[in-house]
Amino acid sequence: MKVGFFLREALRSVRRNAAPSFAALATVLVTMLVLGVFIPIVQATNGAANSVRNRVLVDVYMKTRATAADDARVKEELLAVPHVKSVEFVSKQQAYGQQSKQDPQAYALLGSNPLPDTYHVIPDNPANVLAVRSALTPAAPGGSTAPLDHAIQSVSNKKNDTKKILEVTDLVTITAAILTVLLIIASILLIANTIRLSLYARRREVEVMKLVGATDWFIRWPFMIEGTIVGATGSLLAIAVLGVTKLALLDPLADNWTLIAAPQTIAFSALLAVLLGAGVLVSALGSGLSLRRFLRV
Amino acid sequence: MATSDSPIRARESHGTGPGKAGRVAVVSPGAVARRLGLRTPQAQRVIEFRGVSKRFPGGDVGLDEATFAIDRSEFVFLVGATGSGKSTVIRLLIKELEPTQGTIRVAGHDLAAIKRKRIPFYRRNLGVVFQDFKLLPNRNVYENVAYALQVTGGTRKEIREKVPDILRLTGLSTKLHNYPDQLSGGEQQRVSIARAFVNHPSLLLADEPTGNLDPETSIDIMRLLYRINKTGTTVLVATHDQAMVDKMRRRVLELSEGRIVRDEATGLYAGDETTREFAQRMRAPATRPPGL
Repeated sequence: MKVGFFLREALRSVRRNAAPSFAALATVLVTMLVLGVFIPIVQATNGAANSVRNRVLVDVYMKTRATAADDARVKEELLAVPHVKSVEFVSKQQAYGQQSKQDPQAYALLGSNPLPDTYHVIPDNPANVLAVRSALTPAAPGGSTAPLDHAIQSVSNKKNDTKKILEVTDLVTITAAILTVLLIIASILLIANTIRLSLYARRREVEVMKLVGATDWFIRWPFMIEGTIVGATGSLLAIAVLGVTKLALLDPLADNWTLIAAPQTIAFSALLAVLLGAGVLVSALGSGLSLRRFLRV
Repeated sequence: MATSDSPIRARESHGTGPGKAGRVAVVSPGAVARRLGLRTPQAQRVIEFRGVSKRFPGGDVGLDEATFAIDRSEFVFLVGATGSGKSTVIRLLIKELEPTQGTIRVAGHDLAAIKRKRIPFYRRNLGVVFQDFKLLPNRNVYENVAYALQVTGGTRKEIREKVPDILRLTGLSTKLHNYPDQLSGGEQQRVSIARAFVNHPSLLLADEPTGNLDPETSIDIMRLLYRINKTGTTVLVATHDQAMVDKMRRRVLELSEGRIVRDEATGLYAGDETTREFAQRMRAPATRPPGL
């Protein structure tokens, strides 16, 4: 009886206050649409930044006359360095195979294999790559640096590039995070404000209900159900628009553009669930909380 | 019933302690028989103010040591200029305001003892009518009256039985499906009275019920309130319509700057009369009764 009554009250409210209800619905729709577009973009940006960072590693080139025993010893030494997650061995034959595939003519001309054995040293965290690099080339007497082992020819020296990559990707990630937080705050405030305005127009109604002897929750339930209806409708409409856009525009592109299909991009159904949940929650709670002021009669 | 002599009062000056205060007793026809020099039993007291003061945060005085009592089935006018504290009395009675000092009892219950959460349940025992009607704008006449029952958890059956009855009593049977903005002021006030009375409260409060209405409509509204009073409901009407009060000839409490300055039944207290007689008298040219 009570649930039915509250539901009917909420529906009546939506019908009889069409203009404010529509305003709230449009706000939810637009906000959810913006969030729905922005969140995947942030996810894709972060994914791209991370994949760039994961390519940050230190290459250790062996001397060309290094023996298999040298290789084994150096591997142990590399693994002992702090912050090293793993090392990846590329033999001169493998390197030759890869390189000659890219440029068969040049390598055919060479005739022999000039490439050394190589270790890719992968740090536990991209931020530690410089520490690893300096550990591999400790300071030698005379102010210069010398490699860790006499079998090592050189340690890749792309300090500036590495630093730039780390700084730029950091900046991108932080900016995206800040923008996301700001956008979410803006969305909540926008929806809450629209609801507050539509409730403010009806504060006298609430006052009358109180004077007739209605309890706070008797007044609050229909408003919260109304908020849920408006929030759910707005979110569902936004989801429909997003879905159509994804099907019509993004999916054909995704085959050619890895960024969109990047594994870090949030799953579409999860995104929809988040949007729907957020829309309903913010609208319903917004209604309930905004009412508090008017209930003090 | 001998009513032409001046009203017998036992009144003490303002500012007496709560122990002695509160004996502002006015003889009304029913009360004479009950009292015969004795104090009115507590149970007969519907409203009792003892040394009640209300000061607003800005320093304005709403009510200053007001002490009075209203018995069951009385019809009492609360008069005074704007700002004299009439509305404060009503708002204190519906617990929209809390007194700064003093005690208010309604039907024997101390209002200060009612917790905030229980206020809605307390208000269901009162009927309240306002100058601006306070109807719900997005409900029609029937739904506005039904809301007062829905609030108390009334069943649909109950609503179907009671609402048409009360609307017939208030003469709104043909306006069931009209919305408030489609009604005249008098009709809106009838809806508001119907809503206030549909629960059959033992106390009906009206704050300037005729303030926005023309004289003829006002008489109809007063007639309706009188009819409700005749069912045994205590009615307290705050008004500044002196002519109306003179004609009604009922007990009058006058406020001035928050103080009770007069408490009397007018000399020509009209006893039991039918609502028809009542209306005829109301429409007759005003004859100021002696003593006013």
